[in-house]
Amino acid sequence: MKLILGIESSCDETGVALYHTERGLLAHALHSQIAMHNEYGGVVPELASRDHVRHVLPLIREIAAQADCKLTDIDAVAYTQGPGLSGALLVGASVACSLAYALSIPALGVHHLEGHLLSPLLSKPAPEFPFVALLVSGGHTQLMRVDGVGKYTLLGETLDDAAGEAFDKSAKLLGLNYPGGAELAILALTGTPGRFKLPRPMLHSGDLDFSFSGLKTAVRTLSKQHTLDVQTRADIACAAQEAIVEVLASKAMAALKQSGLKQLVVAGGVGANQQLRAQLDRTAKKSGSRVFYPDLEFCTDNGAMIAFAGALRLQQQETKRDYRFNVKPRWDLQELNIG
Amino acid sequence: MKILAIETSTEFCSVALWQDGVVSEKSENVGQKHSEILVAMLDGLLQQAGVKLAQLDGIAFGEGPGSFTGVRIACGVAQGLALGANLPVIGICTLQAVAQGSGRDKVIAALDARMAEVYFAVYEKHEGVWHAVCAPCLCLPQEAPAVTGSGWQAAGSGFAAHGEVLQARYAGQLAAIDAACVPQAGAIAALAAPLFAAGKGLDAALAMPLYLRDKVALKTSERLPVER
Repeated sequence: MKLILGIESSCDETGVALYHTERGLLAHALHSQIAMHNEYGGVVPELASRDHVRHVLPLIREIAAQADCKLTDIDAVAYTQGPGLSGALLVGASVACSLAYALSIPALGVHHLEGHLLSPLLSKPAPEFPFVALLVSGGHTQLMRVDGVGKYTLLGETLDDAAGEAFDKSAKLLGLNYPGGAELAILALTGTPGRFKLPRPMLHSGDLDFSFSGLKTAVRTLSKQHTLDVQTRADIACAAQEAIVEVLASKAMAALKQSGLKQLVVAGGVGANQQLRAQLDRTAKKSGSRVFYPDLEFCTDNGAMIAFAGALRLQQQETKRDYRFNVKPRWDLQELNIG
Repeated sequence: MKILAIETSTEFCSVALWQDGVVSEKSENVGQKHSEILVAMLDGLLQQAGVKLAQLDGIAFGEGPGSFTGVRIACGVAQGLALGANLPVIGICTLQAVAQGSGRDKVIAALDARMAEVYFAVYEKHEGVWHAVCAPCLCLPQEAPAVTGSGWQAAGSGFAAHGEVLQARYAGQLAAIDAACVPQAGAIAALAAPLFAAGKGLDAALAMPLYLRDKVALKTSERLPVER
């Protein structure tokens, strides 16, 4: 029976949470910097770091009050150690490790993608090991076989842009504000399917890798060839979304087939996309598979997944009282593998 | 009174324990490895002195200006320690720590701010109390604020990076130059002690870095239009 504080600060969201190994998620809170970075057309790493410093402590106090916990009730502090923006990671890491030191409890460096990967286990119904995970966000696009905590096999990944990046960059070309992926999905609702046909990169490559940079170029070409009236923008948005979703869904299903598994877990910000969910559900049904999604609030970066991954790690590994907080901006998930 | 001080704004990782005027300090040139060393270093210092965090009266940290990442490490660790041990915090300006560390009473402090600029301030000590003759600022060395009189001690890395320009600017006014003088935790602790004694310690969440350089990126609206 353990209470874990989780701190996430790898990019542009400050997330904190308290997870109890028996009572589940007690409280969580998030501060998003999206509005701040919007004016710059993308995440400015230095500004992201500066904002995290302002928000970590107030958020920790907020959730402690929500959960009616004292800081001294906490048994371990989990923090995102990487991958991510180094300056941003260091903010969460420095607070986490010094707080853990002050409370004489372990500090646990958690892999950001392990957090995402395991986040569907926070929802009901939860998948059971083994499963295939599709990790899709602004920074990552990977298919992973998950046999247990710390048992990950990379099945395929993007060779260039992440799927979320393809969404955001297409949105930018259509004049939407950063990050426009979610807005693009809304715009696509009023688009005419079939007016434009965009390429499906690597759809028939025979492996489970992705490539999205060509798609962005195709969207750029289309947007230059046509007058961007409201309907045309919606039609291009519709075509871009269709292309991204079809590639993701098709490769995810191929991954299930190849691995002989029947459960697919979708994690990361793009997992919130409704068309992706609809298409995955449709094709999964045909093949007798089942798709699991984290609750919408846990699709984006959040502290809950870090606290949860920390809790699972705590049960599994011996913890040392080590308060070094060197972060890992680049970190291969498979390095975590146990045994 | 017992105060723990942290300073990581330069390549030095430095911690100090102030006990009723007696300072013990550990300082090491660690390059960029502060995050790997800092907590172990302060733990070692406390253990050697047989002092527990709970016995402290406050945490002081070098708030900057300096390496952005460095000052955030000091600030983040000060926040975490203060939150966990329920202690007040005080941030001390690194330029003032340079003045304190110089051992003189009239100090022009300049730290290399990169991008051809310096972090700059001027301090004078009267009856044991520092006064800022010129408040901390970011400027080009050739435009550093003028000072009056002579006998000024020049201190800090700014005088290494822009020695010629600054010496020309203060020609005839400098008594000596100590370009190797860096902000250290012992100085931070000594400067924070009277503030803690006066009840000026802040809540942990109010510990914030002092960057001075605030323009770090251009907004979309500030950029020149480019061909898409």
